[in-house]
Amino acid sequence: MRFSREQLYAILGTVPDPEVPVISVVELGIVREASQREDGTVEVTITPTYSGCPAMYEIEKDVRSALEAAGARAVEVRTVLSPAWTTDWIPEEAREKLRKYGIAPPGRAESGGLVMLTRARTPVACPWCGSRNTSLKSEFGSTACKAIHVCNDCRQPFDEFKAI
Amino acid sequence: MAAHEEGDAGGIAAGEAKAGTGVVAAARQAPLAAPLVEYLLRIGDDRLILGHRMSEWTGHGPILEEDIATANIALDLIGQAAQFLKLAGAVEGAGRDEDALAYFRDGVKFRNCLLVELPKGDFGDTMVRQFLFDAYSVLQLEAFTKCGHETLAAIAAKALKEDKYHLRHSSEWVVRMGDGTEESHTRVQASLDRLWKYTGELFATDDIDAAVSVLGVSVDQAGIKVRWDAMVTDVLTRATLTRPADGPMQLGGRRGRHTEHLGHLLATMQSVARAHPGASW
Repeated sequence: MRFSREQLYAILGTVPDPEVPVISVVELGIVREASQREDGTVEVTITPTYSGCPAMYEIEKDVRSALEAAGARAVEVRTVLSPAWTTDWIPEEAREKLRKYGIAPPGRAESGGLVMLTRARTPVACPWCGSRNTSLKSEFGSTACKAIHVCNDCRQPFDEFKAI
Repeated sequence: MAAHEEGDAGGIAAGEAKAGTGVVAAARQAPLAAPLVEYLLRIGDDRLILGHRMSEWTGHGPILEEDIATANIALDLIGQAAQFLKLAGAVEGAGRDEDALAYFRDGVKFRNCLLVELPKGDFGDTMVRQFLFDAYSVLQLEAFTKCGHETLAAIAAKALKEDKYHLRHSSEWVVRMGDGTEESHTRVQASLDRLWKYTGELFATDDIDAAVSVLGVSVDQAGIKVRWDAMVTDVLTRATLTRPADGPMQLGGRRGRHTEHLGHLLATMQSVARAHPGASW
């Protein structure tokens, strides 16, 4: 079975991220390339979000089974590290999905300056009520990619997708 | 595994072949692998051992947020270690992957610096050690992103983002505890005084550094030291802590001469893999 690049991306767009199932592995920027070779083998290139992301094996399995279910005979999944994944690759529509799901989308990733020691941080907008009167509770959260905040207005704790 | 055992036997035999008074010393000290493999083991082992020490806080953090933080930092470091060790194994070309290198090497074959293998101590000890290492790590990784080895540069670029985040966290804790209560100030100052003599090893250079620089993998250790000093002094000043004087420094880890603590750590870290070789789940 022959697939166009668009068809492959459409199939991969149905594969949810295992830890943030409201967005797909394509929207998250994990899928870097997808194509089909002359011999019919589908090649997918993925990149990890974090060096120790424990979901990479799951993602590879899910990508493989989605393509096989769509009729691909052979699938090759390759992992690359460069260019290093950044939250800047997440498109606006996916950010809106995160917000509706209760996760504050990432701000712009820091670039340039090597370290930002004890710098003041802009408060993150609450995904529930939109207030910017929020406090960072923990730099680290339930998965490698999230931090925990609390809204001082609606009193809801919420996750933030860390900008890296 | 077979390749690993054969490699060891070959190394010892080569040492014995030299005969004479060098035999005991040669057999006791693990033979040096190709310089780049040695170099990559140093980078990977630093992160593997520090990651394991951080993981010891899982379920024992002083507060829930820090329990999560230490587990996340451990996960990042162990993930980075897996990448560096995988590369070391590939360069070595003897069939050892990252798991073989992490779980089936004995203490004398580890190349981490002594700082990272010291017991986790109290939360102050852990955060001061983490801060001293993070400040070094971001500078080292940044240098690797510009080096001539493509894979090393790619792993470093990824790890750098994570370690910048770790540094922000550890430096904030150093400030909070140093400029905190009398009790917290006294204790982190004592941690700093105790750990300082292990910081010199981070910047020490030897023939391995010289050999890899020929391959385009060079880090200006002296230049990094100047920037590290500035960064550390800045944070310690904000933390109202006194920077210890540079006295004699403890060395040896890069050549496999470790403290007694590494053996105990490895006994825990490697026990499951060695009891059930090849197990998967």
